[in-house]
Amino acid sequence: MTELRQTCLHDLHVELGAKMVPFAGYAMPVQYPLGVMGEHLHTREKAGLFDVSHMGQVILRAPARALETLVPVDVQGLAVGRQRYALFTNADGGILDDLMVANRGDHLFLVVNAACKDADIAHLQAHLPGVEPVTDRALLALQGPLAEQALARLVPGVTALRFMDVATLDWDGTALWISRSGYTGEDGFEISLPEARAEAFARALLAMGEVAPIGLGARDSLRLEAGLCLYGHDIDTTTSPVEAGLSWAIQKSRRANGGFPGADRILQELTQGPARKRVGLRPEGRAPMREGTPLFASETATDPVGTITSGGFGPSLQAPIAMGYLPADLATPDTLIWAELRGKRLPARVCTLPFRPSSYRT
Amino acid sequence: MKFTEEHEWLLVDGDVVIVGITDHAAEQLGDIVFVELPELETKVAKGDEVSVIESVKAASDILAPLDGEIVEINDAIVTNPGLVNEDPMGEGWFFKMQIEDLSVLDDLMTEDEYKDFIG
Repeated sequence: MTELRQTCLHDLHVELGAKMVPFAGYAMPVQYPLGVMGEHLHTREKAGLFDVSHMGQVILRAPARALETLVPVDVQGLAVGRQRYALFTNADGGILDDLMVANRGDHLFLVVNAACKDADIAHLQAHLPGVEPVTDRALLALQGPLAEQALARLVPGVTALRFMDVATLDWDGTALWISRSGYTGEDGFEISLPEARAEAFARALLAMGEVAPIGLGARDSLRLEAGLCLYGHDIDTTTSPVEAGLSWAIQKSRRANGGFPGADRILQELTQGPARKRVGLRPEGRAPMREGTPLFASETATDPVGTITSGGFGPSLQAPIAMGYLPADLATPDTLIWAELRGKRLPARVCTLPFRPSSYRT
Repeated sequence: MKFTEEHEWLLVDGDVVIVGITDHAAEQLGDIVFVELPELETKVAKGDEVSVIESVKAASDILAPLDGEIVEINDAIVTNPGLVNEDPMGEGWFFKMQIEDLSVLDDLMTEDEYKDFIG
């Protein structure tokens, strides 16, 4: 077994009483003494601080049109100071990773998933010039309705940002690369800063009454309630962006001429509709339906029509929730679907996503 | 009270045995949000999966600690799964079993042995 990597906040997590688990090659906090439920609810009510330094940060000094050869996203139309959700696609129209792309003026700044970062960087370097992995900066997320109030005490300029804005702002002589975005469905910020300053910055936030540290457990339940995809679960190389319900990420300028990997399939699915779609599911009973649970069109059907890709309990909804793929004709709200759980067929209803309205400051 | 390596406690109550999960197990599982209990009068063999508990994070099975028959279940933890976190060694019990030969309990751990077991 290879040794787990640690983020620069590792000692702080341990000091805070975190339960550390292996995740994407890193030792990461899955929960603190508050627990997954408490951390989830705290983030929805106040502000939660997440260490996401395991994620990949990449500076790209290549023209926007060059990056467009790898993503079905309008990068050339991304204004300076703005960020956009993007996807690396493959030649079959599957998804290699999802990421954020920010236009920081003289360069693009990418944030990619931890588990994919080595492959993403190799993929970028194979096709584009000017790929500079950032290895000396931590990444923190501060999420929740009181995130702005808390962060503004340290960095007053954040109040001027709106959803998906990015800016470089000063904190005590340190340049913070801040975006107003996140992975919880809440208003909030992601903050890239030098590793050497990360612990002091995190401690300054945690000293505030409204800020609590939040682990990966609650990060997962928060993003699930927000209907957001987790790479390697809800999306992967076998799912296309259209099947995954991510067509909104493919802007008009990219729909006419293609020019990205898998364009044939993706553009065809955009006009004709995909064979299957990602849906939200609300189990009718109390039993959570987890990833891998097969889905059936009826209580007695022999062959599954789909699978749950993420599922669990939504603490803010106080009910089980799940996402999965179903054939297009079954992927309509209120359709009754049967999940096979421990040898029993249990009903769930297809619903629209997100499960809980997001509260971004647009 | 006796303990298993699967973090269950057993308490002899007349000719039946009350079964629950330990404080340690409840704490490790985190916030329990769903409990499924066996049906009454189910005959179970040691090691059978007889109950399911789910936390926000994951599902876990409760195994029958001994051969026997389920004679009572605690519906209160089905209605309010949080009771298992609040009082795992008391109000949060799972089920009662009828055991033919109570002497098999002698093979299980004492409280001190269980404390050593969980370190």
